[in-house]
Amino acid sequence: MAGPKYPEFDTLALHAGQSPDPATGSRAVPIYQTTSYVFRDTEHAASLFNMERAGHVYSRISNPTVAVLEERVAALEGGVGAIATASGQAALHLALATLMGAGDHVVASGSLYGGSHNLLGYTLKRFGIETTFVSPRSLDAWKEAIRPSTRLLFGETLGNPGLDVLDIPAVAAIAHEARVPLLVDATFTTPYLMDHFGLGADLLYHSATKFLGGHGVAIGGVLADSGRFDWEASGKFATLTAPYEGFHGMDFEEESGTRAFLLRARREGLRDFGACMAPMTAFQILQGIETLHVRMPRHVENTRAVVGFLANHSQVEKVIYPELASHPDHALAKRLLPKGAGAVFSFEIRGGRPAGRKFIESLRVFSHLANVGDAKSLVIHPATTTHYRMSDADLARSGITAGTVRLSVGLEASADLIEDLDRALKAAAKA
Amino acid sequence: MDFVVDRRKAFAYTATHPVDPRKETLVFVHGAGLDHSSFGLQSRYFGYHGRNVLALDLPGHGRSEGPPIPSIAGMADWVFGVLDAQEIGTASIVGHSMGALVALELANRAANRGSERIERIACIGIGYPMKVSEAFLEAARKNERAAFDMETIWGHAAQAPLGGNPNPGMWMYGDMLARLARLAPGVLYNDLKACNDYSSDFAGVKCPMLLVLGRRDMMTPPRAAAALQKLPNVRTQLVELSGHSLMAEAPDATLDALVQFFPQSEGRNA
Repeated sequence: MAGPKYPEFDTLALHAGQSPDPATGSRAVPIYQTTSYVFRDTEHAASLFNMERAGHVYSRISNPTVAVLEERVAALEGGVGAIATASGQAALHLALATLMGAGDHVVASGSLYGGSHNLLGYTLKRFGIETTFVSPRSLDAWKEAIRPSTRLLFGETLGNPGLDVLDIPAVAAIAHEARVPLLVDATFTTPYLMDHFGLGADLLYHSATKFLGGHGVAIGGVLADSGRFDWEASGKFATLTAPYEGFHGMDFEEESGTRAFLLRARREGLRDFGACMAPMTAFQILQGIETLHVRMPRHVENTRAVVGFLANHSQVEKVIYPELASHPDHALAKRLLPKGAGAVFSFEIRGGRPAGRKFIESLRVFSHLANVGDAKSLVIHPATTTHYRMSDADLARSGITAGTVRLSVGLEASADLIEDLDRALKAAAKA
Repeated sequence: MDFVVDRRKAFAYTATHPVDPRKETLVFVHGAGLDHSSFGLQSRYFGYHGRNVLALDLPGHGRSEGPPIPSIAGMADWVFGVLDAQEIGTASIVGHSMGALVALELANRAANRGSERIERIACIGIGYPMKVSEAFLEAARKNERAAFDMETIWGHAAQAPLGGNPNPGMWMYGDMLARLARLAPGVLYNDLKACNDYSSDFAGVKCPMLLVLGRRDMMTPPRAAAALQKLPNVRTQLVELSGHSLMAEAPDATLDALVQFFPQSEGRNA
């Protein structure tokens, strides 16, 4: 007897979360541009408010268009569910606020997006949440940084901008030994390139602004839960396992088991912090996800072509990309990222800041801006932009120098990208 | 609520209300490899509408200590033990799949004793006999991942992985797989074998019985309930778009069927 078969990634990317609209037959996901939903009667209203029936009450908490995006990302990641947020940063904040409060502690990779570093290193400190940053490659450092008050281990699947590959199975094992979950920022890898939950991550989030959308027209985030972490057995997460006065004494784990984290995140986090995603944004990001499985191989293919060109260029000091044998995580990348190490990478240009400035200003196809994961190729100088608030020491820990240039390789013809880079490098050589 | 039955710790979700012996009681019994949370919305509703709710974790499931009970008859004994421990005289039962067989067995036992202890039973996603394929049993016996896949894929209507989940943001397949991943080895096999082995002369069952069946159920298709539909006092509610996981796939239709079947003694309580 043939065993049953799951729909494949490509099919889920196009369909998961949506049936043709029962009201109109619309094949495309309708944009439910509404704040609220009419109750059938007072009893129906009370049942929805008290979580006795499924459905929507107010679009800050849930919305049918946003729910399609949430379910689709959950399906692609193999999680129990997801919550879409106003941005990737809102997704990170929602995860942290759901799990912990003043007096709690996070162990985080030191190789993080500057915004995440700011949130953990400076802003949350004001609210009593401390973070210890560690080298993502040092498993001993992860272990040694854990305290009794630690509630989370956190890293990017591909560190920013040094492209450190997070050893998810090893770091997850350390987290689970300490009875805390591992959260990963999966933005650079997307569910197409990496099986985050299959490797051991418990929670993940995306800046959906990047590869999931791919078009650079909408800001958004998605937080997803594997449902595999046992909050009750851990005994460290009162927000999920103790009665919550803010919702009629609900014990979220008792109420919903595998869905406890997302239930609290939605019922408290979206309700009280309010960083929800707009339905139009969800629709736009869904348009991107529908071609994710087509775009990502092309992103990787173009990146390999560009990396190959730069690695052999006399104006280039070094190229930092995990698929190169020179990268310290080369072997790990082969194991964890069999479809490719993404489309964002860094290189160091000879000639320091003047050469870097001239290079960036000479590019015509690559756009100089603060984003990655667009269908169009992008370039930025981290030390003066995304990471400018970091101290020199923190920059060095993240593998950034004054000459570091970060590229996000898009979907243009690779020959045109190489020609653009070649011209700009020649101009930089004269700076 | 934690309590002790047969000297082992057991758990029942009560919708945050203490058990009140003056209230009518509704006991929820879950399906193979699942736990109390599979009735999340439905059990919560009744807990806030004037009834005691005991959504059980059978031994070896959820928060109840193992080992799992190897037969439907044994599970029914255990549920009677729960009622005794809580000093509950009469109760109605809502069972899903394996839990529906337990409900049937409870009603049959009560009828055979001339007892009215079991007032009504609602059987969701039931077939009789509930035969399990050799391939499924064998994969479960070996604790193979394929068993989880079969439970997940056959446990939902074919459109479930593609269609929208009524619960915003949740993915039904992922939720089922995550629940199964938390099971101790052997529990799913125990449950499937108990379903497969169960046989009963339930002709004596006379209490009102509701069958809630999913039109697209691949595990217990509606025709598999034909023998049960011949019993007196049986009402059938067919849910058009649902597979076997009716409480998740069609939560409102399932709840509406239950609400019609269990008359409201009171309105909403705090």
